[in-house]
Amino acid sequence: MATPPGSDADARRRAVIRGAGGAARRVWSVYGGYAIGFVSLFLIWQLASLYVVSSVLFPPPTVVFSKGLRLVRNGVLLEHLAASLQRILAGFIAGSLLGIPIGLAMGSFRPVRKLLEPYTEFLRFIPSVAMITVAVIWFGIGEGSKIFLIIYTTIFIVILNTAAGVSAIAPNKIRAAQSLGATRAQIFLHVALPATVPYILTGMRLAMANSFTTIVAAELIAANDGLGKMLWDGRLFMLVDEIFVSLVTLGLLGFVVDRMFRWSIYTFAGKYSPAT
Amino acid sequence: MPLVSFHDVEKTYRSLQGVDYPAVEHFSVEIEVGEFFCLLGPSGCGKTTVLKMLAGFEAPTAGQIVMDGRPVTGASRDRGVVFQGDDSLYGWLTAVENVEFGLRMRHVRKAERRERAMHYLELVGLMSQERKYPAELSGGMKQRIQIARVLANEPKMLLMDEPFAALDAQTRSLMQIELANIWQTTRTTVLFITHDIDEAVTLGKRIGVMRAGPRSQVKGVVEVALHGARSRTDDVFLQYYKHVYEMIRDEVAKSIARAD
Repeated sequence: MATPPGSDADARRRAVIRGAGGAARRVWSVYGGYAIGFVSLFLIWQLASLYVVSSVLFPPPTVVFSKGLRLVRNGVLLEHLAASLQRILAGFIAGSLLGIPIGLAMGSFRPVRKLLEPYTEFLRFIPSVAMITVAVIWFGIGEGSKIFLIIYTTIFIVILNTAAGVSAIAPNKIRAAQSLGATRAQIFLHVALPATVPYILTGMRLAMANSFTTIVAAELIAANDGLGKMLWDGRLFMLVDEIFVSLVTLGLLGFVVDRMFRWSIYTFAGKYSPAT
Repeated sequence: MPLVSFHDVEKTYRSLQGVDYPAVEHFSVEIEVGEFFCLLGPSGCGKTTVLKMLAGFEAPTAGQIVMDGRPVTGASRDRGVVFQGDDSLYGWLTAVENVEFGLRMRHVRKAERRERAMHYLELVGLMSQERKYPAELSGGMKQRIQIARVLANEPKMLLMDEPFAALDAQTRSLMQIELANIWQTTRTTVLFITHDIDEAVTLGKRIGVMRAGPRSQVKGVVEVALHGARSRTDDVFLQYYKHVYEMIRDEVAKSIARAD
């Protein structure tokens, strides 16, 4: 419930915040909104599962968290989590390492673009989920098929964004370098590449989100471990609370990884701001 | 012998519909070593086209541009360019790193290029801003970085494409005074493009007045015999202003009539 500004409660709240000192206030101003958001989410969930849809099929967060805690203690959750995360990282890094140079080449050289565009424009419309069948036939149900699928889901987004970044470079940046005496190779290395960094990072961030979708789908269909496998087992044995633990873990994992990505963009590449 | 000469230069653009537009035709002019040459004309008359051809960004359709006895075939560090907007600056480099870009491309040692870059930053009055990124600087400061970046590279000639057009009036007149001072100390040859008569009379040693496009060319060249600091309220300044204004008035009218 909101306290009206100027009321006693409001004044007390302000006094508390002021009294806590500058550091606490800063932490509050940065994370306070998130905290309230998350707490209210779980509060609504709790109330809904207790009073609105009271059913074993919709467990309240308290049940899910205690189940989650038990699964953390006996190591099951971390095992599944590590399996999924490993696959995502391996495929994501490999896909980015392949996609960036291809995107740079497509953006820089028209013949390369004409040559490769049929592949990228055709393949990017076949969703990675649809490729699961082929991947399993080709690479089996082990790590190979998962990593192939993550590479597949990463590479096209990274290529497209990188190539778009190259063609979005202001022509005057290139012209200035030419009349300052830079060679073609120097222009590529010192102008085109750094100017494209924000686009590459954006492509990678989008690819990371896609990787989560893909890994769960792949593990649902064929895997011995992973968060997707955990979901599937939950359905198989009617362990509804385990399904919810897996869902919450996926949400949290995605949120944390994306924040880390954003944080590293700001920390290491903040000066490559797309605005200039 | 002039440093630069345009011989009967012609540039025709072809639109996507295949219609030819002759931007400049029979364009001839000569620029002497160490002179400040202003090219003045109504908007759309092909001033920037002329600059792009001399810079080497675009090739003439016909005719020839000769610099130092050799035809211009492409961009070169002999001709440093200051662009109108700030999109030519490298946003991921600090002010001083932008200024030393050309020296870095030529593998000048770090200590030496930093020293030279700082010298030119001082010349344009940006001494304490060297660690800032372009996004943190005002429009006037960004244009100063562009000027310092070009000067640090020590070109034979400076090409300036309406460099102050996007600045507010106060900053613009301040920048004009500073540019005049810089030119007095360095004596680099300058081709300065502008549509502003006041700016041309303030800066130019000679002013080439262009006709309205299409098929634009130089209508006439005015020699400005003013020495030292120029004052807008000076009688002689006003006489030059009036003279140039009368030359360009009809051309502006023509360009507006064509646009309608």
